[in-house]
Order: sequence, then C-alpha cells, then structure tokens
Amino acid sequence: MRHDHLITSKQLSRADIETVLDRAAEIDADPSAVADRHANRLLGLLFFEPSTRTKMSFETAMKRLGGDVVDMGSVESSSVKKGETLADTVRVIEGYADALVLRHPKQGAATMASEFVDVPLLNAGDGAGHHPTQTLLDLYTIRENAGLDDLTIGIMGDLKYGRTVHSLAYALTNFDARQHFVSPESLQLPREVVYDLHQADGAGIREHDSLEEVLPSLDVLYVTRIQRERFPDEQEYQKVAGEYQIDMETLEAASDDLTIMHPLPRVDEIAPAIDETEYAAYFEQAHNGVPVRMALLDLFLQEGGDGDE
Amino acid sequence: MAMSDGRDEPANGGDSQGGDDHQLRVSKIRSGTVIDHVRGGQALNVLAILGIDGSEGEELSVGMNVPSDRLARKDIVKVEGRELSQDEVDVLSLIAPDATINIVRDYEVIEKHRVDRPEIVDDVLSCPNTGCITTGDEPVTSQFEVLDDGVRCAYCGTIVREEIASLIDT
Repeated sequence: MRHDHLITSKQLSRADIETVLDRAAEIDADPSAVADRHANRLLGLLFFEPSTRTKMSFETAMKRLGGDVVDMGSVESSSVKKGETLADTVRVIEGYADALVLRHPKQGAATMASEFVDVPLLNAGDGAGHHPTQTLLDLYTIRENAGLDDLTIGIMGDLKYGRTVHSLAYALTNFDARQHFVSPESLQLPREVVYDLHQADGAGIREHDSLEEVLPSLDVLYVTRIQRERFPDEQEYQKVAGEYQIDMETLEAASDDLTIMHPLPRVDEIAPAIDETEYAAYFEQAHNGVPVRMALLDLFLQEGGDGDE
Repeated sequence: MAMSDGRDEPANGGDSQGGDDHQLRVSKIRSGTVIDHVRGGQALNVLAILGIDGSEGEELSVGMNVPSDRLARKDIVKVEGRELSQDEVDVLSLIAPDATINIVRDYEVIEKHRVDRPEIVDDVLSCPNTGCITTGDEPVTSQFEVLDDGVRCAYCGTIVREEIASLIDT
C-alpha cells in the first residue's frame, strides 16, 4: 500500500484493503510476533471529539506493537482552547510523534491537516465525513463472518449523518457486494454519497424505508444508531426509531447465517437478547479494531519511517 | 467604475468589441479584455469571481441586460488595461458558460475565445457546509472540483448544483 496518509476509504483500492486485512489476520493469529516491532516509536493522538473505542484501540494497537502514545488530551485542557488552529496543532505534534491519529468535528479536517504534515496521518473521524479505520475493521469482520464477495448487506439506521456508513459503502464498491440502505426518509444517505456510489457501482445500490423487504436476502445487517437530536420532537423520534430496532421476533424472517454488526455504542436498536446468539458480531467487531489498527500502524510506520524491514 | 445601461453611449462598441448582436453602447476600450455574452444579471458576479472591484483603480465598463440575439438579454464587462489569461477567465464558465473573451489592443480585437470548464477552482467559492473545515479560521483556501453539472468541495465533498454564484467568495 503506497499512501502517505489514510484520509478516506475512497482512496483505498481492493488491493490496499486486502493488504491491510491480510496483515491484520497475520497479527491476529500471532500478536507476539510483532510485540517489539515498533519499539521506541510514538503515535500522536489528537482527539478533538470524545472517543472511547477508537482512541483506546489505537492506543492498545500502538502499545502491542512495542510503541507508545502521546496524547493531546481533551480540547478543554489543550492550546486549542486558546484559539490555536488545527494546522498549527498538527505541525507542532508531528515533531513529537512518528504518526498522528486525528478525530475532529469538522468535515475535511483530516484532508486539510494532512497538507501540513509529513508524518503519516490517519483519519479517525471528521465530522459527518469519513472514518476509514472503522471501515477496515468492519471489512475485516465481514470477511471473517460472511466473506466480501457475493455479499448482500443491509445498512440500516442513520445513513445521513453516520460517517461509518459512508466510509463502509464506498469501500464495498470494490467488492462484489449488493448494498441495501434502510432508513427513514429524513435520514437517507446524503445525495453526494449516493452520487459517488452510483458513479462507482450504480447497479449495486438500493434504498429502502423498511427492513422487511430485504431482510431475508441479507448475509450481513449493519445497524447504526438513530440519534434523538436529529428529530424535532420526542414523539417523532420514538415513532421512527421504533421501526428500525431489531429483536428476536424481527429475526424470524432472517437467514440463519445472518451476521449482525454495529459500530457501537448502541442504545436500544439491537435487543440484548440477540447478544448471545450466533447472529451477533458487534463485540467481535469492536475487538477487531486492535489487530486492524495494528496492521495499519505497521504498514504506515514502515512506509513513512526508517524502513525497519 | 463607469456604469452604463448599454443604450445611451455612442455606438462605438461595434462588432469588434462585443457588439455583435445589436449596436452596443458600452464604451469601447483601448486595450484590455471584453467579456461578452454573459447571462443577463451576472456581470457583477463576473467581476466578483475575477476579484475585480475597482479598488485598484481599474477602469471598468459594465453593461447589464443589453438586448442580445443569442441570449435575449446579456451583460458585458470591459476591463481596460488588463489582459485576462485563459486560466483567469475559465472560472467564469461556472456562472457564464456562454461568455466570449475578447482581448483588445489599440481598439482592435486581437484574440477571441470561449471559456472552458476548469477541473478545479481554487480560492473563488466558499463552501456552503458550515461543518466544513474551510469555513473556520484555518489557513486553508477553498478548492472545488468542477463536475459536469455543479461543483464539489475538495475538503468535505459537498456538491452544489444550483446558485453557484451565491458561493462566490467576496
């Protein structure tokens, strides 16, 4: 994989994706083989928005590669509070670290930040934009559970604001995947995302307002959270959100081999009773964040670093 | 800035400086650029997109809503003393796709060409997405990819198909 930075899943070819997933599988099978691989290397964490899984799994990944992290900390306690621009912040911290991980509330933040730094920069979420490292762990989970070719996937919930959805949808156009997007009308995919998906793979994209008509055909159902704040009032939210929750009864119409995924955190869109079934892959999906991010860091630190191999 | 309604000036625009549809009555220029066949009402946007506001002493003539065979009503902009390059004028294709560019020296048109759609426009439009990084205080200039039927922010991906003139960074 020859990229200076990881900004969006759109930049990834099928070969790039397979390189990362294959490396993740190797690491997953024998993590001890890479335990000292990036000793003395430092990863800079710049999270301008709260994060639990993404931040902790990057930190875990770097430490399991023998390296360490330097963390900007919360925005409230940093120089950002004094009005420093993102461009200045990344230029300062690149002097401390061998690679940077950035999460920022503004769309395009990672693209802009990458223009100011020479060390590899990995986008860990830019507003409603992209979240490519989440996508790679999603793809890894899909590959492990259902395979990435001849795949029928349903992606359900908040498709408008969900950056994980946009990134995953772009990446899946590299594979033989039929994508069904299920959402209330007010939370459909943004038109620019639909435009790109049609450009890339028009025939493989369908939009629906109900899960019922597509559920039986699905190999994977990727559920996302519908956020209360997207609706004008509580009543409207309850009405809509209720239609996009799944429980054991919903799954009576599903294939026995269905894999259910969710980027987490969930609220009530997946009933807890499903957790213990063979359908549930969302905790495995979260755990996969570590080997996949180890693989990414390994690949980017090799390319951008001192060529230790 | 000399403004004209295109009707009350001497008829010396002539065919050579953008008066091919009717007798055009915007003052003839000695040397510079005539931007003709601009859609009616877009002349001020043309100036805005070119970053020309008269503050640097440029001598400008603007005709608005002048009768035209090709466009029914057209605007015309004449910039004295400045020959605009193809790269400078191509951005006009976003709001004035039918514009013709005449380069004038000693009252004669020595070069005449159309505007081409550029692939990218830098530092001309502002992204309408308030969640875009280019709308904050960062040291970054806007960049838009030009699509067949609109423009797209290179940073946040927002696509704008209508009222592109409203995005002109003034």
